[in-house]
Formats: sequence, C-alpha cells, structure tokens
Amino acid sequence: MTDGDYTVLLVYSTSHALRAEKLLARAGIDCKLIPVPRELSSDCGVCVRVGREERLRAEQVLEDAELEIEGVHNV
Amino acid sequence: MSQLPGAALAQAVPGSYEEVGVIYFDNAATSWPKPAAVKDAMVQFLEEVGANPGRAAHRRAVTAGRMVYETREAVAELFNAPDPLRVVFAANVTEAMNLALVGYLRPGDHVITSAIEHNAVMRPLRELERRGVELTVVACAPDGALDPGDVEAAARSNTVMVVLNHASNVVGTILPVQEVGEIARRRGLLLLVDAAQTGGAYPIDLVADGIDLLGFTGHKSLHGPMGTGGLIVGERVDVKRLRPLKRGGTGSNSELEKQPDFLPDKFESGTANAVGLAGLGAGVRWVLAEGVERIRAHEAKLTQHMIDGLTAIDGVTVYGGLTATRQTATVSFNVEGMMPSEVGLRLDEEHDIMCRVGLHCSPAAHRTIGTFPDGTVRFGLSPLNTMSEVDSALAAVGELAQEAG
Repeated sequence: MTDGDYTVLLVYSTSHALRAEKLLARAGIDCKLIPVPRELSSDCGVCVRVGREERLRAEQVLEDAELEIEGVHNV
Repeated sequence: MSQLPGAALAQAVPGSYEEVGVIYFDNAATSWPKPAAVKDAMVQFLEEVGANPGRAAHRRAVTAGRMVYETREAVAELFNAPDPLRVVFAANVTEAMNLALVGYLRPGDHVITSAIEHNAVMRPLRELERRGVELTVVACAPDGALDPGDVEAAARSNTVMVVLNHASNVVGTILPVQEVGEIARRRGLLLLVDAAQTGGAYPIDLVADGIDLLGFTGHKSLHGPMGTGGLIVGERVDVKRLRPLKRGGTGSNSELEKQPDFLPDKFESGTANAVGLAGLGAGVRWVLAEGVERIRAHEAKLTQHMIDGLTAIDGVTVYGGLTATRQTATVSFNVEGMMPSEVGLRLDEEHDIMCRVGLHCSPAAHRTIGTFPDGTVRFGLSPLNTMSEVDSALAAVGELAQEAG
C-alpha cells in the first residue's frame, strides 16, 4: 500500500460509522464513509476517511463520545 | 395561544378524516392519519434510496444507513437516551419486550410486574414462569393505580427486574414509573418500561425517570408506520447477559460466524425495515417539532371533556381515575344494557365512529378494573382529534345509552 493523504478510522459497524460521521461533522471535520480497504480488514462494511492532518482531532472527537475505534491507518 | 397540534396536522394531511366524515378513535391501537412527512419519507426512500442499510458501502447503501441512523438519533433525543447506538430497532414493541424479558431473565430470577399489563408482557412472563423464573404480579387499585410501596414490598433477594407498562392500554392510567425507578436504583434492580401507550404522548426521560430498558412502538404516538419499534438499552444493563432473540447477518464482523457482541448489531440481525424506519424518523421529528408537552396538553383537554361528557350520560360507566392529568388520551367505558361489541358495531355503522371493544389484549387489566370477560368500549384519541369530534361521539353514545336504558 502506498501512503496517500488520508487516514481511515475503522469502527465496529455501519451504525458506528454513521455515528462517527455525525460527530465529526459537528466538530467541523470533513469525512467520508468508504468501503473498508480489504488490506485492513475482511469486514464488508464502511469505515471513516478523514484528511491525514485531521487524524488526531478526529480520534479525540470519537474518544470524547466514547465511540470505540478498532483501528487507525494512513492510506 | 399557539396552533393546536391537531389543527397543524389536519393541514399537513391532505384529505384527512374530518373531510371524509368519519371519526377515528382507535389511536390506542394505531394512530391514523399520519403526518404527511411520514409518507413522504417512505416514498422518498422507496423511489430515491432503496438500498440495504449497513450491507454495502456504495452511496445509496450509505444513504439508507444514514436514514436509519437519523431515526435512531431522533428516538434517542425524544427519550433522552445518551447514546443513539443503544437504540435497538425491532418489528414492534412486543418484540422489544420479548427481547428484554426472554433475553435477560434466567431460571431462579425473580421479576415483579403490575396487575394492569398487556399480554405483550404477561405472555412472555408466564412462559418464563413455566421455565423457572419467579413472578410477582402486584395488585393495582380498580382505577389502575399502582402503589410504588407495593412494588418495593414485593422485592426479594433474587429480584432482578421490575417491568411495568407506562400507562394502561385499557384505561390510560399512568403508572408511577419515576418512583419505581428510584426504588429500582436503590435496590439494584433493572426497570423495564413498556411505553407503547406513552412514547410521544407523555414526557419520557430515561435518565430522570430511572428507566434501564424502554420498549417503544413506532406506529402509535410516534406516528410512524406499523412494523417499527424498538428497545433502548440503558447504561446499567449488562449487554453480555442480554441474549438476542435471533442471530444472523448484521453487515459487521462478517468474517466471523459468531454473533457480534456490541450494540445495536447484537440484536438487529437481518435486513432492517428501512422504509418503515425512514417513516418513523419523520414521525418522531414531527413529535419533536410539535413538542410532547403541547401534544399532551391538547390530548388532556380532549380527554377530560370526553370523561366528563360520558360520566354525565345516564347508564354509562367510565373506568379509570377520571382525571385527564393522570392518564393518557384513552378512555374506556360501558353502556348499561348493551354489550361492548354491540356498542362498537353501532358506533361504526350508524355514527361513523371507529373504536375498539373487548379485552384489548389485556385480560389482567380488565380483571383489575372489574370488566372481565366482557371488556369495555375504548376511545383512543390522538393529537389530531378535535373537540367537535369528541362532542359528536358523546352525542352518539348518549343516543345508544338512551335506547339501551
């Protein structure tokens, strides 16, 4: 995998991803729900993609809402 | 004074029943008509979205998932549930109550309930009793009132849960959920509430009321379509202990053949009723916009007028506490010398008034109020009913009572 400009946050389910999307939007962080890259997980769901510069802030927003993050990867 | 919810809704529902000339008083069974936004959301889902929520990552699957999630958020806001992911959707409140009761209780556990419950609670409890769960049914007064002290007195060392309907579906009497919630907290018990008759029509605050598990229906006072409802799982509930009623595909953890252990997926196997939940979201947002307090005030006014009018008719007996502030907009009565089934038929055929007669799936409640096995005639009002409809119904019942007397 070649490093790009994004970070993806893996969460447990689509419902969690949708909650994350709302929480990040409220915090003013642009994000997009994308299919989970096969290299990261065999799950068939979606994950949350943010700009790499927003990585730490995004993690903090989800942590504050007690939304558990399964994994964080730069892509 | 601001516009009453009924008037607002009548405008929002083209061809509403006032124009059709019939009076729909069966809202305690299911509300009708629905706000126009409910139908619009369902049509929009079918025409423009249509994909399976949470089962793929393409744009329309994500949109479908987002619509379902936004319904979760709206429900959580209405009932002050801190986390929308603790809102578990189900086909109806009966499924939700079964999940909470059958999923949580084990042989040897003791559970307390009231003598004014619906069969959605009594039937699962009687089955659990057969399997070794101990059950205490606390008596209610003939008007349906429950003394919280009697609940506390029934608690034992192995009591794990108190289950109550928030309001009787037969006489509308509101049970002292907050007081029982306080007792449950103090004694380390879970409080499971069946909000079928109150959700959207009476204020419910999971935190302030001390409710651990809340079963709700989508198609009554939340004004969504049938086939929607759910269970809110509070923070004090051990999710590991709560077993799902069904297991299957969730769109998550697909590499594993083991059921996910997190909310809401653990309890939501199989494709969701997304079109229904899109409608439910619109219904809940309508309730939030109108305001539960305002809906409640309008319904209480209609209810008191109905109670006072029926009580004034010779030969009519009204059941319950006869005080609108202590009950929902559901009024049960009987006409002396005429069976409830006959009253219901005559109201429908001769007066275009639709209501429900009989036992209302609640034999225990009818035993409590003294109307088993014949039952009662039940008028279930909604925020869109009007004073003139109540007056028409009073005149119709008056005619029947005079004829029967």
